Amino acid sequence: MAVERSKAAPQTAQASPEQILYANIINVGMITGMVLLVISFFLYVTGIVQPYVPPEQIPSFWTGKAHEFLAATHAPHGWGWFSYIGKSDYMNFIGIALLAGLSILGYLILLPAYIRRKEGIYSFLVIAEIVVLVLAAAGIVGGGGH
Amino acid sequence: MLEFVPVSAVAMAHFASAAPEAMSAAATAAGASPTTAWWIWPVILFITTFIIGILAVLGGVGGGVLFTPIVGGFFPFGMDFVRSAGLIVALSGALAAGPGLLKRNLASLRLAIPVALIASTFSIFGAMVGLKAPDHITKTCLGITIIFIAILFLIAKSSEFPKVPGADKVASVLRISGIYYEPTSGKSIEWTVWRTPLGLFLFIFIGFMAGMFGLGAGWANVPVLNLLMGAPLKISVATSKFLLSITDTSAAWVYLNSGACLPLIVVPSVIGIMLGSFVGVRVLTFTKPKAVRWIVIIMLFVAGTRPLLQGLGIWK
Repeated sequence: MAVERSKAAPQTAQASPEQILYANIINVGMITGMVLLVISFFLYVTGIVQPYVPPEQIPSFWTGKAHEFLAATHAPHGWGWFSYIGKSDYMNFIGIALLAGLSILGYLILLPAYIRRKEGIYSFLVIAEIVVLVLAAAGIVGGGGH
Repeated sequence: MLEFVPVSAVAMAHFASAAPEAMSAAATAAGASPTTAWWIWPVILFITTFIIGILAVLGGVGGGVLFTPIVGGFFPFGMDFVRSAGLIVALSGALAAGPGLLKRNLASLRLAIPVALIASTFSIFGAMVGLKAPDHITKTCLGITIIFIAILFLIAKSSEFPKVPGADKVASVLRISGIYYEPTSGKSIEWTVWRTPLGLFLFIFIGFMAGMFGLGAGWANVPVLNLLMGAPLKISVATSKFLLSITDTSAAWVYLNSGACLPLIVVPSVIGIMLGSFVGVRVLTFTKPKAVRWIVIIMLFVAGTRPLLQGLGIWK
């Protein structure tokens, strides 16, 4: 294998400003997501807020496949849960979606820094990653349609 | 819009109005046990994941690699729901650890970004296959994978500072290199990687397996980054943790969008693992790492054997 010395740009042991910003946003988002999860789960299991599928009935479905659960309960798939945001079980999805969406936000923060530094390859890689994550989140690839 | 109801009316409301009538028939058909209260399994799940969280920290593994086989093998949940929860568990752990690792410049974005694109793309395909495959197939494959991971843990040796003759062409073009401060020696360590094309190629499979089995992929990320590509161990571990937050995100969305996310399974798992991790970090100061490593390896063997035998129809 051909081997040569890296032509790395001057670097330090310090994290770059955008890396710090990325870290801070992930940190805040993570804590917010966890708090939302705890609150919404409490509202769900205590029954303070009405669920779409009551927790008592979930054991009847959790042994099967996801599509069987959707078929039996007519539960929403894709982003359909957003229409049921007032139901306590789907309130839990706010925290989960926030956790799952943080990386997209982080990459959006990284992108301007790479473009500013005229790092074409990394700008492309970051854009490509955003596209992949958005397509997955939107349910365009991989899921959401049954 | 929130729909608040009086607590006293909860029981009535639960059964009377929330879900379509079809559920009752399906519930009966599914063979729900009327004697087991619905909250029993979530409570057991919480306790189990709390212990997994402690052991994962002590054993230096991600929670997902223990969570999915243990919960998939010993709990009554379908594999779609287990894998979905496993990914969200691994994702949460990665997000919790990520900020500190990024700030200390241990997680390298230059290394992670190309790798993450490949792994996250193929984790989507893995998730799609996992959702289509029958449970006995995924359980068999999961069992084999977990036993393989246990063997890997048993025989693989990490290298704190691997010798890299120099960056290869791809690493040079991508300028994958960095400097981090090593407090044990008081020095700044310069590093780069080699064998990048092969490393990137392997992340196709790592991403696919992460998505298919709902595992965090730290068990595979670290050996590839450290032993194959030559990144220092600390950089490999930290970058792997950061990678999980991307790889598991794309697969988690697939499961989320496919209705495989049950809060009754996901939330106790995430909270249990997180609390366990906090305790684990504190316990870490007065435990013997070798003893814990053996516990984790044995747990992996047991956790892998159970879904394997279930998948083969030997141990229902």
